[in-house]
Amino acid sequence: MSEPTFTLDGDDVPFTEGQTILQAALGARRYVPYLCFHKDFKPHGSCKVCTVKVNGHHAAGCTTPARAGDVVESQTEELTELRRDLVQFLFTEGNHFCPSCEQSGRCTLQAVGYELGVTQGHYNPLFPTRPLDASHPDVLLELNRCILCELCVRASAQVDRKHVFALSGRGLTKHLVVNAESGRLGDTDLAVEDKAMKVCPVGAILRKRRGFTVPIGERTFDKAPISQVLVAPHEED
Amino acid sequence: MKPDVPEPRKKLRVATTSLAGCFGCHMSLLDIDERLIPLLELIELDASPLTDKKHVGPCDLGIIEGGVCNADNVHVLRAFRQQCKILVAMGACAVNGGLPAQRNHLDVRDCLQTVYLTGLGVERGFIPNDPELPLPLAQVHPLHDVVKIDYFLPGCPPSADAIWSFLNDLIAGRTPQLGHGLIHYD
Repeated sequence: MSEPTFTLDGDDVPFTEGQTILQAALGARRYVPYLCFHKDFKPHGSCKVCTVKVNGHHAAGCTTPARAGDVVESQTEELTELRRDLVQFLFTEGNHFCPSCEQSGRCTLQAVGYELGVTQGHYNPLFPTRPLDASHPDVLLELNRCILCELCVRASAQVDRKHVFALSGRGLTKHLVVNAESGRLGDTDLAVEDKAMKVCPVGAILRKRRGFTVPIGERTFDKAPISQVLVAPHEED
Repeated sequence: MKPDVPEPRKKLRVATTSLAGCFGCHMSLLDIDERLIPLLELIELDASPLTDKKHVGPCDLGIIEGGVCNADNVHVLRAFRQQCKILVAMGACAVNGGLPAQRNHLDVRDCLQTVYLTGLGVERGFIPNDPELPLPLAQVHPLHDVVKIDYFLPGCPPSADAIWSFLNDLIAGRTPQLGHGLIHYD
């Protein structure tokens, strides 16, 4: 029996039972923009950047199961506009100053912005006041850049089995918290080898003394756009 | 190198200014090097740090570097908006406040006191208060917080190639498109 397929922007994409649309698309080397998805974790469906149209209805590509015969649209002006909006919300809700960020050039948020042609924040920036936690000897926690994707939360719970991170609060007050009585990263057992250290798509969880090691022009997304890189750089580290 | 555009009937009048910026974007504009010569066949400069004309007149295109950090910036930005048919935010600071906006979570008084009174190495300091000095705003704003901006050219600074491509598109009447390698936030 031949593999079941659905169509993505008119092309057949094969999938195996249980795969979601995003998993099947990436498996077929077809890029769909995303931020909170990671191949090693259960899909989460929170950032909505991977929103596609399935048989004419909006759905998160990372959580919607692939079904034979479905007609999926991704690279349309309508969906690109929607994704641009989501990315602009993230840029204006946090404090994202790329020129002074260690993650610049290998940041997924930035690369998705480039991919979508985002040249500005569009919305009025909120400039929130968020703390910086440098208490850990090897790790810097820069919450100004956190986009609440929960990849570190999932990595720490599901892979490291340490439960170092969690989200707290609702709406605009939602924020990343650290599982220590003091609330400080230095009082947790987070180690640089942990999976939670390797999945941050932005510059929120950084290894100390490792900033700006790759010169401008040679960084991951200097060399190729994210649609070609497909695999986020932090997964290769 | 001739730009890939038809000859315009008359030169576009262009004004530029730097608000809360470092002039890095203007340096990057000059960095288009010999392409400045064909560019100057297509445009003429009005108010600009390059002409030293201080007040902006009617223009086709206004290019603004830097964000809005004080009362004078607001005044200049509004004058540019009034006089320019098309207004462009050039560089990270114009687009999102950039480095100066990193003071936004601090109190202005604390900032001034630290810089002019209590900072390391400051002796007999005082906070400048000459009436000619524009007052700082409580926060640094991107340009689109204050006036309508038509186009954004991000980068710190945007590369000379990005500026060249952007200007060629605008002069030819196309919506500027920055592809891979030209669109940068840093």
